[in-house]
Amino acid sequence: MLTIQNYVKAKSLEEAYTLNQARNARIAGGMMWMRLGNARVKTIIDLSDLGLDEIEETDHVFRIGAMCTLRQLELHEGLRDMYGDSIAECVRHIVGVQFRNQATVGGSIYGRYGFSDVLTCFLALDTFVELYNGGTIRLSEFIKRKKDKDILVSIIVRKSKRKLRYESIRRTRTDFPVLACAVVTGLVHGKECWYFSVGARPQKAALLEKEWSITKDCPEEELRKYAREAADSFSYSSNMRGSAEYRRHLAEVLIYRAMRSILAEV
Amino acid sequence: MEIKFVLNGKPTVADVAADTVLLDLLRKLGCYSVKCGCETTNCGLCTVWIDGRSRLSCSVLAAGIEGKEITTLEGLQREAEEFGAFLAAEGAEQCGFCSPGFIMNVLAMFRELENPTVEEIKEYLAGNLCRCTGYMGQLRAIQKYMNRDRKEVQA
Amino acid sequence: MKYVNKAVPKVDYKALVTGKAVYTDDLAPADALIVKLVRSPYAHALIKDINTARAEAVPGIECVLTWKDCPNKRFTMAGQTYPEPSPYDRLILDQRVRFVGDAVAIVAGTTKDAVNKALRLIKVKYEVLEPVLDFHKAKDNAILVHPEENWESRCPVGADNKRNLCAHSEEKEGDVDAVLASCDYIIDQTYHTKANQQAMMETFRSFSYLDTYGRLNVVAATQIPFHVRRILSNALDIPKSKVRVIKPRIGGGFGAKQTVITEVYPALVTWKTGKPAKMVYTREESFIASTPRHEMEVHVRLGADKNGIIKGLDVYALSNTGAYGEHGPTTIGLTGHKPIPIYGKAEAFRFVYDVVYTNVMSAGAYRGYGATQGFFAVESAVNELAAKMGMDPAVIREMNIVQEGQVMPAYYGETANSCALDRCVARAKEMIGWDEKYPSRDMGNGKVRGVGMALAMQGSGISNVDTGSVTLKVNDDGFYSLMIGAADMGTGCDTILAQMAAECLDCSMEDIIVHGVDTDVSPYDSGSYASSTTYVTGMAVVKACESLIHKFCSRAAEYMGCTEEDVEFDGKQAVNVKTGESISRAEIGNRVMCNSNEPLSASEAFSSPVSPPPYMAGIAEVEIDKETGQVDLVDYVAVVDCGTVVNPSLARIQTEGGIAQGIGMALYEDIIYDDKGKTFSNSFMQYKIPSRLDVGTIRVDFESSYEPTGPFGAKSVGEIVINTPAPAIASAVYNAVGVNIRELPITAEKVYWGMQEK
Repeated sequence: MLTIQNYVKAKSLEEAYTLNQARNARIAGGMMWMRLGNARVKTIIDLSDLGLDEIEETDHVFRIGAMCTLRQLELHEGLRDMYGDSIAECVRHIVGVQFRNQATVGGSIYGRYGFSDVLTCFLALDTFVELYNGGTIRLSEFIKRKKDKDILVSIIVRKSKRKLRYESIRRTRTDFPVLACAVVTGLVHGKECWYFSVGARPQKAALLEKEWSITKDCPEEELRKYAREAADSFSYSSNMRGSAEYRRHLAEVLIYRAMRSILAEV
Repeated sequence: MEIKFVLNGKPTVADVAADTVLLDLLRKLGCYSVKCGCETTNCGLCTVWIDGRSRLSCSVLAAGIEGKEITTLEGLQREAEEFGAFLAAEGAEQCGFCSPGFIMNVLAMFRELENPTVEEIKEYLAGNLCRCTGYMGQLRAIQKYMNRDRKEVQA
Repeated sequence: MKYVNKAVPKVDYKALVTGKAVYTDDLAPADALIVKLVRSPYAHALIKDINTARAEAVPGIECVLTWKDCPNKRFTMAGQTYPEPSPYDRLILDQRVRFVGDAVAIVAGTTKDAVNKALRLIKVKYEVLEPVLDFHKAKDNAILVHPEENWESRCPVGADNKRNLCAHSEEKEGDVDAVLASCDYIIDQTYHTKANQQAMMETFRSFSYLDTYGRLNVVAATQIPFHVRRILSNALDIPKSKVRVIKPRIGGGFGAKQTVITEVYPALVTWKTGKPAKMVYTREESFIASTPRHEMEVHVRLGADKNGIIKGLDVYALSNTGAYGEHGPTTIGLTGHKPIPIYGKAEAFRFVYDVVYTNVMSAGAYRGYGATQGFFAVESAVNELAAKMGMDPAVIREMNIVQEGQVMPAYYGETANSCALDRCVARAKEMIGWDEKYPSRDMGNGKVRGVGMALAMQGSGISNVDTGSVTLKVNDDGFYSLMIGAADMGTGCDTILAQMAAECLDCSMEDIIVHGVDTDVSPYDSGSYASSTTYVTGMAVVKACESLIHKFCSRAAEYMGCTEEDVEFDGKQAVNVKTGESISRAEIGNRVMCNSNEPLSASEAFSSPVSPPPYMAGIAEVEIDKETGQVDLVDYVAVVDCGTVVNPSLARIQTEGGIAQGIGMALYEDIIYDDKGKTFSNSFMQYKIPSRLDVGTIRVDFESSYEPTGPFGAKSVGEIVINTPAPAIASAVYNAVGVNIRELPITAEKVYWGMQEK
């Protein structure tokens, strides 16, 4: 059970950061997961007055405020124009509209949950995380760090000509994924690069980068070999939703389908 | 701590603890339509609107609603009865325990989506669980309710 | 007919759709003590010591109760007619705890915070014992779940606590071994169904208070108000006259509320403290300490001749009742008694079972009540027989099913007086397009679709046991009070019983008010379970109406000064057919309130010597992803023969809802324990009931027979509807990809590995 002694609506990030340094202080996201834990929190810090609930679009990046809801991600036209339906695809299975009106992007990313669809998707997009104290770092770096007392302010996604596909398998449509994967392709320094992120293994998402140059007419057998290689690069384990062996197989199938779909688009 | 907000159109003041959740506060204020079905944000029974959007009141801190507009089924009685008649015509309220949260989200859907397709309806309402009806009767009620509106417009 | 067979909206619908305060927790007094439990972290342990001193010192704590505060007289929490077949194996609190989550101590206080704090401060010393977790190894295990001397089985159900046996029986007709030996085709397989949660949206809850007369009043979300009265009297060791039980609106039950879950705890607190008390289970508590469906392993041997005529059925079922025996001895009976009789040409059958105790949460009543498990096994075996013979499973059924007028030896020798099962099969085939779709179609996109069929029957009440009584009263201006003891748990019995009364009395629905249930006032009813209310209590309504009309005529004759034979009652007035003189119902209602020596009311009861089965055919169409094994339910059609359909919209919803639950059981729902006996499936996050995206399209139709012993020809519909999805979906999966899944749920992973093994 969660108990909270004090509630503070922060007036500035600085205030929030200072308050958050206390051992029993916590930053509130959407309160979806934190509420389920057993913690005695001295001070809960609400960031909702700090204007972090917007998706800012510049010429080069999307800057997604930590307090943006998953529903905002799902409905954002700029993100859809840039990366197609896959951004919406990565959140639309999460519980229901009410939940997504409330769960925040910051909470999803900061929690670094194994089951996280949002983390899986953004990891493949070579996303950056803006921390109040720690500066702006790669998401792939951030997920390796232990949870600390910094504040996640926003996540930043580059605008570039890349293609994204998001695929997941679930036992019921609104359940946690048995396995989730995101595949991104684009040019990095003039070379075609593939990014694979596999989440709900059931461990949290991990990232694989491959400089693979694959043509649209790549034969099925060859593409399946690529998918197998990518899937084999991740580790898997078993829980009540699926065995490690099955997850490895699903990763291969989903990666193959994502790659096939990307190649078909060109 | 004291919070001020608008509940079903009426300015309201309440004294809450830092960890009071909105669900408990609303029931304390007499909004018995708001039910708890799961505590893990999965069932949708506690759906209310905050500033017009469907939210799960079981996981909203009451302290955070300062200045916001909260709407429960108590504030939508006419619409609830109107849509509810369609639901009852199908027998699809059954035990009725999930009906308030369900109707809250249905009414939110009608405000957000114009003429939603069956697939859109099902996805929008996926967070509202019901164990009695198997969902088909709820869908029939929604479709008939939508068609009734259309007929009125044509007439 | 004016009201019967009409889609009348529920009489209470307005309150429900506008969110009025009509459920248990909405009605609890604001000052009720909050009651919560300390629960055992161990699957099997003895309590050596409980230190409650620090908890009792928490401000706001009213009392902390332990096993020392509870009567040492065992009882059962199962809501059944006395003497209950379920063993008397419970105490409110026991020194021995038998599953993770078993009650250890009761805490009551003025606020939730105080109670939660007190719960943390109670220190319990346990002697941890080895648990029995594998139900295959429970029978005659050295470890006993109920070694206590005052354990008691009150009915001859083959129970023996010294063998971990909650029930055992063997029955047969003919020589099944000889018949099977003569068969050309034999299916010999074992099927495993898991425990499932009823998962009604309103969790278990109740509150209690003492009334003016010092009696214990309990308001409970229950299907069995009268049984609750007896159970509380047993549990608290107080006279039944000291207990009153009231049932308000109920947020679903599905059998879960046919067992007492919470009622004993606040009742004990109120009885000890004199103060109102309430207990509302969290969803987690509802998932870890309730009464899910009995997990079963069912071994079927089925034999057919070379033409596909099923000659013999041999069924052995092993049922896991968990830590306590609620509904253990009775659910198991249906596992054989419902599926076997469908195959009307069998010459011999045998049905043997063991129900065993283990150290997991107690099982209980869940819609279908053991039949569901049996149907998964027997219907799957019939489908496997069809596959083995290369026959269409629909054809094999058409050749074998029970026909109207036939005697059913495996169903207590009852005759199928009303049976449209053949029409159900034909209509279901037509609805899905069976002949075009069977067995499968490759969709050309890596997906393949298959169809599968299953049949089912159930009963209508428990013959010679279930009793429904009804009182009809005439009030001023002639409006009627329909007093019932049957518990509307959301399914609408208040409405359909009023429909029947309005039909019989030839009045409008508005002329009838329904009152249920208050054990001080309502006439006795065994309760809403065993698919009994429409059939049993419905007949009591019909009888009470006939009796009341008779009394009406006699009173009118008195008022008009003629003989009763000359009077006809048309619902609005009584007319002297000889003189044309009349007296209105309203006037009679008013006149009986002045200078009357006899009330104008009628009371009747009904119990049936038979339990006429409703019948049903279900067909599933699934689409399977050949690479992942993912099963999508595309379409489900079902055709039900529940006799006359009293309320078509409510019957349709019951059917669709039951099918959706069956789909959950077939594809998604599973209660999973770790190796210490702790369940992972403790929330809607981990125990996944279907959302509206998970049930495909469910389409329902009715093919009605006419049941001569039922009200207006009606039989039951409530339970049968959960029985077909699991076997039909399993068969559709087989027809699509050739994989037989014999253990539920049918997950993508099982299908995938099945395809790999081929």
